[in-house]
Amino acid sequence: MSGAGRGWGFAAPALIWTGAFFVVPFLVMGAMSLATLEGREVVWGISGENYADLWSRPYLRRAVLVSVEITLTVTAVSVLLAYPLAWIIAHRVPERWQRLALMLAILPFWTSYVVRSYAWLLVLGREEWINDALTGIGLIAEPLTLANTRFATVTGFVHFFTMLLTLTIYANLRQLSPNYARAAADLGANGFRTFAHVILPLTLPGIVTGAFLTFVLCIGDYVTPQILGGNTELTVPQVIMVQLGRRADFPLAAALAIVLMLLVSLAYLASARWLRLDRV
Amino acid sequence: MRGVAWIFLGAMFGFIYLPVAALVLFSFQGGSLPVPPFDGPSLAWYADILGDRDLMAALRHSLVVALASGAVSVALGFGAAYGLARHDLKGQAVLRGLLIAPLTVSYLIVGLGLLIVLQRLGAGLSLWTAGIGHVVINLPLCFAILYAAMGAQQENAERAARDLGAGEARVVLLVTVPMLAAPILAAFFLSVTLSWDEFIIAFLLTRFDVTLPVEIWSLLRSGLSPRLNAVGSLVFLVSVAVVLAMEILVLRRRA
Repeated sequence: MSGAGRGWGFAAPALIWTGAFFVVPFLVMGAMSLATLEGREVVWGISGENYADLWSRPYLRRAVLVSVEITLTVTAVSVLLAYPLAWIIAHRVPERWQRLALMLAILPFWTSYVVRSYAWLLVLGREEWINDALTGIGLIAEPLTLANTRFATVTGFVHFFTMLLTLTIYANLRQLSPNYARAAADLGANGFRTFAHVILPLTLPGIVTGAFLTFVLCIGDYVTPQILGGNTELTVPQVIMVQLGRRADFPLAAALAIVLMLLVSLAYLASARWLRLDRV
Repeated sequence: MRGVAWIFLGAMFGFIYLPVAALVLFSFQGGSLPVPPFDGPSLAWYADILGDRDLMAALRHSLVVALASGAVSVALGFGAAYGLARHDLKGQAVLRGLLIAPLTVSYLIVGLGLLIVLQRLGAGLSLWTAGIGHVVINLPLCFAILYAAMGAQQENAERAARDLGAGEARVVLLVTVPMLAAPILAAFFLSVTLSWDEFIIAFLLTRFDVTLPVEIWSLLRSGLSPRLNAVGSLVFLVSVAVVLAMEILVLRRRA
């Protein structure tokens, strides 16, 4: 019986694909982060130069800080908006309308990612645009510099992740048996205590899982900060793209990518206690 | 208290739909700036983009890449799920971890790694390389969805088919695949929508022929314009249509 052999046969294409196009590139990128750039040539070797640069060049250190600040702000604000929204849909909206309400709440999630940031540019850049139109400058002005504030970046991100988190938290709330709340009420707890001591702890794994996904997706994103934040302060993905484009400094870009992964690992360690990645 | 809840709900819906409303409304703008005052409705910008050869080419590229990479992702994901769920392979947990791993890494890093390797190999960038990248990010999702769907019910039916003399290929094609049609379709639609919308990998791994998000990106660099609103509204319409198709085909069937 060649059962295991057959099993390997079925799994092999996926394993080979992942190995060839994910694991190998990843290892090469790791090696690249230890290489150096001389002129425009990559010199392979084992050097900590790129990582040392991260410390010594304020521009790079600042990007890491900006990325972490933006991502933490976005994660916190998104959870604080999504939780009550999911709760209202799960507990205030009548049963037969819930599916529709949830679908409507996450429908713009399906707008094109690039277009969604552009749409926020329309909304947030409106005042400047009215001014532009009035002063007759018109279309020539660089649009990417119009709404360039951290506020714009955070707003664009929060919009996206609030929808994502509403979906995960709603699923979490619905899985919760109403008996818990009833039992707490029978034992004399008021609405607030029931929430703080029963509902919140029970839904915490769902919140943390959603927040972790938010962190991972947010810190690695290039589009939203580039369109909405402009070039006033750069995030790590923006700096990576600058290295790739203008300077062709692949070793430094690779080192920055490794730093992004380390930040995600830190977030994972910080939230591992409550994470339920198998139940997303 | 109840009133506060409804006000919050209304405010959140306002927040969620504000950019979409601005996008769609000003796609019908008559003038050349997507800003108030609204002077439409006009379909001029839709006519403009439908006649734009670059945009239409990018749209075709996106469709081809999305459908092809979706099909490959589902096929590979199904094979891996079947192999791991039905056969006792050594190092199951490690293999599962390996297959899921790309999910934990941001798209930018997946694209950057592939770009570095392709450059080392001297391979040219094309829609093919973007498609390869899209399979890398969609394969873990397809695998996870289909692995979770492999249940004892199908296993019994598979065993019965085998007892009746069906070979492995017939068992898979005539028993497992039809029984898992709903999750297979769900995984396919999910992969197609994610690839259709994906920007950074396509941006890094294509050169002359580009996908729609990359083309939109280069349009964005030349200024705000109702053309972008019209393209964006059309893309939104397509995505919503795919989501509704999934809802009707997959979720209705399950209910």
